[in-house]
Amino acid sequence: MAKTNSVAKKAVVAVTGIIMILYLIAHMIGNLKVFAGRESFNGYSEWIRTIGEPAVPAQTTLTIIRIVLLTVVIAHFWAVISLWRQAKRARPNGYVTKKAVAQSYASRTMRWGGVIVGLFIIYHILDLTMGVANPEGPDGTPYDRLVAGFSNPFITAVYVLALVLLGMHLRHGIWSATQTLGQSNKRREKTVNLFALVFSVVLIGGFLIVPFSVLFGLVG
Amino acid sequence: MTATAEGTTFASGTASDPAMAKHDMTLTLRIWRQKGPRDKGRMVTYQVEDISPDMSFLEMLDVLNEKLILAGDDPVVFDHDCREGICGSCGLMINGTAHGRGTSGGPTTTCQLHMRKFKDGDTIDIEPWRATAFPVIKDLSVDRSALDRIIQSGGYISAPTGTAPEAHSILVPKKDSDAAFDAATCIGCGACVAACPNASSMLFTAAKVSHLGLVPQGQPERNDRVVNMVAQQDREGFGGCTNIGECSAACPKGISMENISRLNHDLLGALRAGARPKS
Repeated sequence: MAKTNSVAKKAVVAVTGIIMILYLIAHMIGNLKVFAGRESFNGYSEWIRTIGEPAVPAQTTLTIIRIVLLTVVIAHFWAVISLWRQAKRARPNGYVTKKAVAQSYASRTMRWGGVIVGLFIIYHILDLTMGVANPEGPDGTPYDRLVAGFSNPFITAVYVLALVLLGMHLRHGIWSATQTLGQSNKRREKTVNLFALVFSVVLIGGFLIVPFSVLFGLVG
Repeated sequence: MTATAEGTTFASGTASDPAMAKHDMTLTLRIWRQKGPRDKGRMVTYQVEDISPDMSFLEMLDVLNEKLILAGDDPVVFDHDCREGICGSCGLMINGTAHGRGTSGGPTTTCQLHMRKFKDGDTIDIEPWRATAFPVIKDLSVDRSALDRIIQSGGYISAPTGTAPEAHSILVPKKDSDAAFDAATCIGCGACVAACPNASSMLFTAAKVSHLGLVPQGQPERNDRVVNMVAQQDREGFGGCTNIGECSAACPKGISMENISRLNHDLLGALRAGARPKS
């Protein structure tokens, strides 16, 4: 069914997108622990790895979260790439002159923006989760890695750029998911779009406050 | 004011009002010429003179074609019928927007776009709708039967024939009949597909699904309708919807994006209820 049905594929994109948004909310709030100090932040990182102990072995909860997220990311990409190819086949030869009347910058950058955010996530995991791409290296504590990374304006710039792209992706994504899951109508349209904008700004603002605080020496 | 005075004012106004004077324009047209479905096609430049601002866009093309015929050239083929904005036959990509929506300032069909929206000396690019599902027949004329096949796959209701039933016996809430009528104003011109960056026919299909799905007569086939129409539009080679909104902006009837949401809602519900497309 999903193989031939573009709307069912869209639903996969919407549902996986919502799951990732829920994760992002938790991730953003967790990051703010950095303002409670080194011990609190490192302790939070330790806690994530020990949730459920001793009933379950260490890392069980984290591993489950990682498997769910990986599955969700793969499904999101699979459905989007399949729809992207369908759109390419639907108009292989474009217009000589084409002008947009209604599209937003956010909606126009969904595909390549999504690819860039995907690449950023790989870098981000190598940098702050595994530490192999981090100036502090894999042996430092999470707090040390964070401070070492964001003290470098170039690394901070990469994060800012990727997060702004992610914000735009969410801004159109939230509206699009509401449409795809059939929950929008003329009356709700304005509210949904306003919510998508406010939510994206607050979420991305919450993420950005951490690297900027390190860069400007408020955390260190 | 007396009738005579009014008449006098009107007459003198016509003669002296500078806005009513002739403002004939000379335009450069870059038009897509394609001999047939297999031809590669190319943009060809033409000049037209003495174009009145009161002409419609199609009348301007008529002027060009008369000139081409007199010169022994092949006239530019384009689709048109009622020229009143209600049949959905005409449809051209004008300066990169469907029906010249970027120039018109409001919802329009190509035939209702008037030359007063252009200036003397303008260059106008004119192309056919471009989509795999809309193959070019010749020049600016494309085959839109894909939309007819989407209708055939589910855009109908089953009703017993014979004596017409009493119209008042089925009550329809005003809100529903208004929304159904808004969707039913779709004239199937294909501008939504032409304007969509994905060449998706979602707005068209959504309008048809809404127009029948909102009224009691459309209920028995509601699930099968949406499943079959979406399957058919995928089969025809249209793209998927990414909710950008170019379709609704280009639509001469202003069909809203809420219809797409309604289609999605119906489709997901129908799939959960076990409806599957006919193969």
